[in-house]
Amino acid sequence: MEQLNSTSSPARKKRPKIVQTIVDFFSSIYNIHLFIVRFFREAFVPPFEFKEIVRQCYEVGVRSFTLITVTGFIVGFIFTKQSRPSLVEFGAQSWIPKLVSIAIMRALAPLVTALIASGKVGSSIGAELSSMRVTEQIDAMEVSGTKPFKFLVCTRVLATTITIPILATYTGFIALIGGYLNVAQNEGTSYSAFMEEVFKPLTFVDFNASLIKAILFGFTIGIVGCYQGYYSNKGTEGVGKAANGAVVTAMFLVFIEEVIIVQITGNFR
Amino acid sequence: MEKPKAHIDYNNPVISIRGVAKAFEDFAVLRGIDLDLFQGENLVVLGRSGTGKSVLIKLVSGLLKPDRGTIKVLGQEVTEISEKELQELRIRIGFSFQNSALYDSMTVRKNLEFPLVRNRKSITRKEIDKAVEEVLDSVGLSQTINQMPAELSGGQRKRIGIARTLILNPEIMLYDEPTAGLDPITCTEINELINQVQQQYHTSSIIITHDLTCAKETGDRIAMLLDGQFQRVGTFNEVFDTNDERVKPFFDYNFIQ
Repeated sequence: MEQLNSTSSPARKKRPKIVQTIVDFFSSIYNIHLFIVRFFREAFVPPFEFKEIVRQCYEVGVRSFTLITVTGFIVGFIFTKQSRPSLVEFGAQSWIPKLVSIAIMRALAPLVTALIASGKVGSSIGAELSSMRVTEQIDAMEVSGTKPFKFLVCTRVLATTITIPILATYTGFIALIGGYLNVAQNEGTSYSAFMEEVFKPLTFVDFNASLIKAILFGFTIGIVGCYQGYYSNKGTEGVGKAANGAVVTAMFLVFIEEVIIVQITGNFR
Repeated sequence: MEKPKAHIDYNNPVISIRGVAKAFEDFAVLRGIDLDLFQGENLVVLGRSGTGKSVLIKLVSGLLKPDRGTIKVLGQEVTEISEKELQELRIRIGFSFQNSALYDSMTVRKNLEFPLVRNRKSITRKEIDKAVEEVLDSVGLSQTINQMPAELSGGQRKRIGIARTLILNPEIMLYDEPTAGLDPITCTEINELINQVQQQYHTSSIIITHDLTCAKETGDRIAMLLDGQFQRVGTFNEVFDTNDERVKPFFDYNFIQ
């Protein structure tokens, strides 16, 4: 098993708790950095595990599909419903489709998808790899001359990176349908007229920014889930910790990335 | 059960361990051990829980790195070879884990195929099927081929774990507590299987256990690990013909006539 840069080595010195916390924090950032570098070093070098990537894509998609469908629809419906009173007050209800499309396609669809995937997929990856570590399945792969990192980590990270943008696009369209139902309920607008209005304000930058965001979110969820599970080392207790750590860390990073990308893409509009 | 006679070449050590030490945090588990495993030999490493028996075979397979000392396996120094060389060396070593470590998301067939298809690039589907059937037959579990690990008993899991390592025709076998948690009859079956593997596949093995029946039935030589060092090495009778208070309770508890 490859050794992590650990602060709990024999040479570990007794430090005040606050200092130890800071050291542990930077140590884990360094380790995640090594983990990401290793992913890029191994993921794109043959032999490729195509079958396993496809299986993982299917797992990620199926695991989140129902929840994303329901959540996407509700987000679109509620957002439209809540935006209506303010726009009606200014007699601007005709702007509702534009507002809904910009909010959903630019921000809500990738964000909602990523948050749901963090909970469903991230935790499951963390728990699965962690239990494989606890039951020595990862060691078993290693001693049989195979590369567990490539088979377990690279495939899962690639699967989330590929599947989450697809799911985010799907969430966007489901949310628009939710929005349309609310609009149709109140204004009786036809579906085609609504969709025409929806796509008018969207630009190439919006689609690209949304896609890049979803790719980055997918990569983050995969990497964090795999990192937490792959290096879990506290027995069965570690399985729960890995699942929990995968969700919390991935959600936190998703929000940070959202803020950064919004700032960057704002400059291109 | 009488152990079949093994053909051991005492001039040809396949594993040579010299001065190996390993500590976790401040606890020294191994304190400078020396050991040889000879070609064709079954060497049993006995010791209490937590004395570093499993650590020893993890060091041999390169899963752990020693703090000091040298480990030569099949002529290669494990601590100095590259990642690629280590990977190639590992194909020649079979490792049977204490809890079998079967991949729970795969059927028995997929478990057995997994190391094979990744290490023999040019192998055909027909050859894979033949190898899987042969190895399953040799552990007597052909009927389990499409079952999931969760559907197998403890003894069956151990056998499949051993079959998964045998599929690559290893020269060395490392068994980590092969009879732990099994009933006496299944223990005897596993002991027979270990001897059968030695005869049929001409392997040299290190067997980690604290089960004296297993030690007596499978071991050509016994090494007793106490306080981080091998205190007694020899045949079963030589090791236990002693008044050493650290060794005697072991024999008394297991009480083998």
